[in-house]
Amino acid sequence: MSLVKLSKINKTYQSGEVTFQALKNINLEVKKGEFIAIIGASGSGKSTLMNIIGLLDHPTDGLYELDSQNVSFLKEDSKAKLRNQKIGFVFQSFNLLPRTSALENVALPLIYAGVSKAERLLKAKEALKQVGLAEKSQSHPNQLSGGQQQRVAIARALVIQPDIFLADEPTGNLDTKSGEEIMRIFEQLHKEGKTIIMITHEMGIAKHAKRIIRLKDGEII
Amino acid sequence: MDISETTRSAFTAILANKMRSFLTILGIVIGVTSVILLISLVVGLQTFITNQIQGLGSNLLFVIPGRLGGARSPGGVQANRLEFSDAVSLRSKLGSEAQVSAVIQRTATLKFGNKTDKGAAVFGVEANYPKIISIKLAEGRFFKESEVQSVRKVAVIGQTVRKNLFGSSQVIGQAVDVAGLKYTVIGISAPRGSTFGIDQDNSIILPFPAAQRQFGINRLNTIYISAKGADNVKPVQEKAVKVLKKRLTEDDFTIQSQEQTLSTISQITSVLTLALGGVAAISLIVGGIGIMNIMLVTVAERTREIGLRKALGARPKDIRSQFLIEAVVLSGLGGIIGIILGIIISFIIGRFFTTTVPLWSVALSFGFSMLVGIIFGVTPAIRAAKLDPIQALRYE
Repeated sequence: MSLVKLSKINKTYQSGEVTFQALKNINLEVKKGEFIAIIGASGSGKSTLMNIIGLLDHPTDGLYELDSQNVSFLKEDSKAKLRNQKIGFVFQSFNLLPRTSALENVALPLIYAGVSKAERLLKAKEALKQVGLAEKSQSHPNQLSGGQQQRVAIARALVIQPDIFLADEPTGNLDTKSGEEIMRIFEQLHKEGKTIIMITHEMGIAKHAKRIIRLKDGEII
Repeated sequence: MDISETTRSAFTAILANKMRSFLTILGIVIGVTSVILLISLVVGLQTFITNQIQGLGSNLLFVIPGRLGGARSPGGVQANRLEFSDAVSLRSKLGSEAQVSAVIQRTATLKFGNKTDKGAAVFGVEANYPKIISIKLAEGRFFKESEVQSVRKVAVIGQTVRKNLFGSSQVIGQAVDVAGLKYTVIGISAPRGSTFGIDQDNSIILPFPAAQRQFGINRLNTIYISAKGADNVKPVQEKAVKVLKKRLTEDDFTIQSQEQTLSTISQITSVLTLALGGVAAISLIVGGIGIMNIMLVTVAERTREIGLRKALGARPKDIRSQFLIEAVVLSGLGGIIGIILGIIISFIIGRFFTTTVPLWSVALSFGFSMLVGIIFGVTPAIRAAKLDPIQALRYE
């Protein structure tokens, strides 16, 4: 049973007279529990693909089914709701809110899910424990190392119990040792049966995934 | 989404840039402070005048020469035709329904020994004056009908006159020199304070005929009428008009009741409130522009945060309300500081003038400052809500 199913996805950008085809006829299926890596050079279209899978963008044409639901051309509010419920983002630059504790950063997506404050903090605490940062819950991002910040970000994705983890160059801003730690967390999540789609340009990182998809000039090769 | 959570994070954001937030709300603070202050002054003034007029007595009517609100101004180009005979005919026609006293007024220099008191108000009134105007005596007594009829030279002096001429020495029975003639002091009135900077206590009250003779005046400044009972004010006023019209034309006199005088004053003060409040409101609008400016900066600075929140599931309306609440919290904070400041300053000024901070002015200025926050916060909030999450996340 496929969780993500992309059929004949195209994405073109129009800039004045110039059209640029970022994605060409992409067909991709990701099954529940899979850990895949999408690898490609910069400009290969991997960010565009991730944005479409993450419901931040929509394809020019083609069909995107998420959990058997056609989500190709949803309205903004419906996309926001699906992102909130089904997709756990992990970004290259962590994107934690400054002047906000790790705990509250982790609890942030639950605000938009309408979860009560007490339950939010409880769930956030649990998620922080899973990434091994229970004792740092009151620390602000500027008091944490890069690796710790990324673990907080993973906890933030984890807290909503998403269908898919979408990680965009999750180790890109980290040293090798911290990067390895992050990959161990993803491997652990994979063992627990979570679905992970990771974008990277480093083969060493991609090798942690069980399946590698190569993108070049907007096409899967 | 959670309003209290949003409000809390708005406070966090505002406190993160304390100096900037303070400067941003300064315009609102100044605007609200001036609204509170100006209203407190005008309302204080109105209360003061009202008390003064009500303190004069009850069920009063004032007959003044000339026509008020007519084509010609009273006492202006037209001659004063109000005479003592008018007071006499009013008294005989109104009978037991009202008390009537003719009043003349001059200013004169008073002397006692080597001391002088310049610019004292000299009133010539009849013996029934205390039955019309509530006048409290600190010492002595008022003059009697017999003293008025026999043109005795007696006087009731105010507190300022007493202080300037006699100091703390014995006053009753002394002879005070009023523009060359000596009057025996028989009473001292209680302190009355000042109205419009005019010292009400720098006055001396003389029997009407004596004053008339001394100053050689035939025209009256006022005829005071006090009706018996509040229900009688209107009939007495109508009757008085009829009586006076037998000898005078309607351009020669005006009869105003206490209520009419009060409503004239409240008309003046409400125009004053509106004008001053309008000027202060302009500064609130200027303050609002300041808030809008800083909110636009904030939205630009926090583009990545907006992108992140959207990626995590914030709908455009969540982002919109977040920034709108932040603008309203800013302006509301300015409003609260302004109200506190306004009340403090009006309290300090209250030691020199009468000031009153009415609850409605607090509610009005707070409401207005919140409104300014909403009006000027909408544009930046909409801009934030419209940001594309992909672009916003990439923003450096």
